[in-house]
Amino acid sequence: MKRWTLWLPLALFGGFCAVVVVGLVVPKSTDIPSKMIGQPLPGFNLPAAVGERPGLAAGNFTGGKPRLLNIFASWCIPCAAEAPVLDDLARQGVEIDGIAIRDHRADLETFLAQHGNPYARLGADDVSAVQLAIGSSGVPETFVIDGHGVIRYQHIGDIRPEEVPLMLGKLREAGE
Amino acid sequence: MIAELGLAALWLAAALAALQLIAGALAQGSRGEALAGVVRPVAVVQGLVAALAFGCLVWCFSQTDLSVKLVAENSHSAKPMIYKIAGTWGNHEGSMLLWVTVMGIAGAFVALVERRLPEKTMLATLAGQAFVSLGFYGFLLIASNPFARLDPAPEEGNGLNPLLQDPGLAFHPPTLYLGYVGLSIAFSFAVGALVTRDVGPAFARAMRPWVLGAWIFLTLGITAGSYWAYYVLGWGGWWFWDPVENASLMPWLAATALLHSCGVLAARNALRAWTVMLGVVAFSMSMVGTFLVRSGILTSVHAFAVDPRRGTFILALLAINIGGALVLFALRAGTVAEGERFEPVSRESALVFNNVMLSAILAIVLIGTLYPLVTEAVGVRVSVGPPYFTPASAMFALPMLAVMMVGPLLRWRRDRIGRVSARVLAPAAVTVVAAVAFGVAGPAMGWLTLAGLALAPGLAVASAMPLVGRNLLRLPLPVWGMVVAHFGIAVSLFGMASDAAFSVQKLAAVRVGESVAVGPWRITLAGVAPVAGPNWTALAADLRAARGGDVVALGPQQRTFWAPVQTTAVSALATRWDGQLYTVLGEEVRPAEGVDTPPGQSRWQLRLWWKPWVPMIWAGGALIALGGVLALLGRLRADLKRRYVTARGAARREEAGR
Repeated sequence: MKRWTLWLPLALFGGFCAVVVVGLVVPKSTDIPSKMIGQPLPGFNLPAAVGERPGLAAGNFTGGKPRLLNIFASWCIPCAAEAPVLDDLARQGVEIDGIAIRDHRADLETFLAQHGNPYARLGADDVSAVQLAIGSSGVPETFVIDGHGVIRYQHIGDIRPEEVPLMLGKLREAGE
Repeated sequence: MIAELGLAALWLAAALAALQLIAGALAQGSRGEALAGVVRPVAVVQGLVAALAFGCLVWCFSQTDLSVKLVAENSHSAKPMIYKIAGTWGNHEGSMLLWVTVMGIAGAFVALVERRLPEKTMLATLAGQAFVSLGFYGFLLIASNPFARLDPAPEEGNGLNPLLQDPGLAFHPPTLYLGYVGLSIAFSFAVGALVTRDVGPAFARAMRPWVLGAWIFLTLGITAGSYWAYYVLGWGGWWFWDPVENASLMPWLAATALLHSCGVLAARNALRAWTVMLGVVAFSMSMVGTFLVRSGILTSVHAFAVDPRRGTFILALLAINIGGALVLFALRAGTVAEGERFEPVSRESALVFNNVMLSAILAIVLIGTLYPLVTEAVGVRVSVGPPYFTPASAMFALPMLAVMMVGPLLRWRRDRIGRVSARVLAPAAVTVVAAVAFGVAGPAMGWLTLAGLALAPGLAVASAMPLVGRNLLRLPLPVWGMVVAHFGIAVSLFGMASDAAFSVQKLAAVRVGESVAVGPWRITLAGVAPVAGPNWTALAADLRAARGGDVVALGPQQRTFWAPVQTTAVSALATRWDGQLYTVLGEEVRPAEGVDTPPGQSRWQLRLWWKPWVPMIWAGGALIALGGVLALLGRLRADLKRRYVTARGAARREEAGR
């Protein structure tokens, strides 16, 4: 065995420590400007993910009123944490559409039954095609789309209860 | 008073651990030999004193002594006694105290009985053990004193998370901790062997029972944890690739690899540096797991265990222990002489393949668990789920299982495939037949599920092949252990694949008196009635499930705890030989406003699953653990016999010399 290879485990462990130290020390910040902001939604037409809601197409976002587009999945734990906040937003009259990423219908129905279904429309994106096209790299993510189908804001990660005013503000801006 | 006694015992145990470390380290040089004699007795006393401290904490919890802060925060006078006692380790401080206590007792046991290794290696091992313990004592005494008082004492305690008020959970964490502690002993042995450069079959034989014991507890812990998640969370799933589950899976994977490489080292004196490395890795994984769970660095369903400050402390311990061991490894492993050679077709090769595949799965799980952390460092929050973990780990698990069909039949050092081909053919044929049968007759399923369904019967047949042509009565117990454990893998695999392939689910909103069908069952909602428990009230559904002449009553509940207030769904299960019926009572469906509904006519959400063969997952897990127990008993019996023979021999020599 080469001498230097014996140090490899230590180097890997050092890398691990560096990652978690950064994770512990760096304050969690979720605002990153996205390149897609100000761009119109790419064209897409997704089939319905569950029986009780219609599917989702880019054309659904040109109704003149700003909407939220939530990218989520039933297998994603932060999405479950986010669900009550989305329900709260929906109760305040915000119109929310959803895209379920790489999901199974049965799992999704379970998820919606357990955590509530705030979505007006719900498309199934089984190969992450739309997810990638609109510049989302993970779940959950939420986009603010204005009344002409232009992306105005991208929220990465779950929406925390304290971030509800922020989202409402972004929606108001998009409506002006 | 008892709390102060416990605290004093904890300080004393820490001081003894320090003495054990210093004496063990000095005894390595020529001038410290005078200290060599104290190391073993100190280790024994340290274990006893730690046990005393833990006993004091259990007493405080059983009496609900609310002037102790930990009790006030985590217990409640209205809780049933078993949960009061389980509450001792249902929190951070108590679980750390339990850990260090078990570690102390295990160390005491090693000091008392282990005499196979050269004394210097043993002293280094005990010093290593003391070093690890000292870190935990420091953690308890400095950052999380379990005996801290609260003045004035509150009127009533804060209760316990109702999700945790469950017999399964009362014993789940201690089981995992016993596993972790066993790995810490293996770690100490690895460090001791590195210090004295004494890595060989004797080292592997001394370490093996601890690895086996740890592995048994980890297997049981994971199996119980999976079942707990299955019936308590009410989601119908049995494995979620949640960070906390991964944290318990990673040490298991490393321990499984270590167990197998230990066998190679003990029998053939090969894989020396690799086995030592795995010893370090296995314990690292249990510490990394604890760190990830306790620090709250990852979002998880186990969010009750979170505290970032403690995370920093555990990370420091982790860095010192593991970093130190890896530096030692890098310095010493080069001078550990190379082990024996072997041919590509041999038992050793099959075990090396197993080790590499297990390590690959470990890497897959570790990377997947940490990936959200890495992306978070650059400001992106993501969640990695089953679409990554399942296929990525199966990619390595399936070849490993295929080799598991052949490996146990091969001879050490050198063999020919031709010699075992007759005994490989039968399982291979079963696999092919099963693949065709399930592929043609079964419901539509993914290729991975089909591969699992096909491999499982083949594996079951293959696991019995090492018995062919042997005298069953004279077969060593560890061989039986291997056969049972490998059979358990086949059983568990079949349960997992069946869950994916055959489960049927039904979501329904029904009125009282209506019925729904799920799979072969017809389920009628006979009524919904309130019930009350010692510290909760609930709405319980009265379900009548019928399949042919088989009628069973099930009572899933919506339970509301009042200290603290929290609602959980309590599922109800009916287990049959061919599967499990799983029922959950959901919310009452409120009628739309303005619509008048007569009382008693509202609808209730029911979530129903029929899961054919799914209990085999946990039955398989239990079989795997049973295999471990058989192997451990076999090793211990052989060990006792050897001790007896050596003692007799020594006595004879003494007589002859007289």
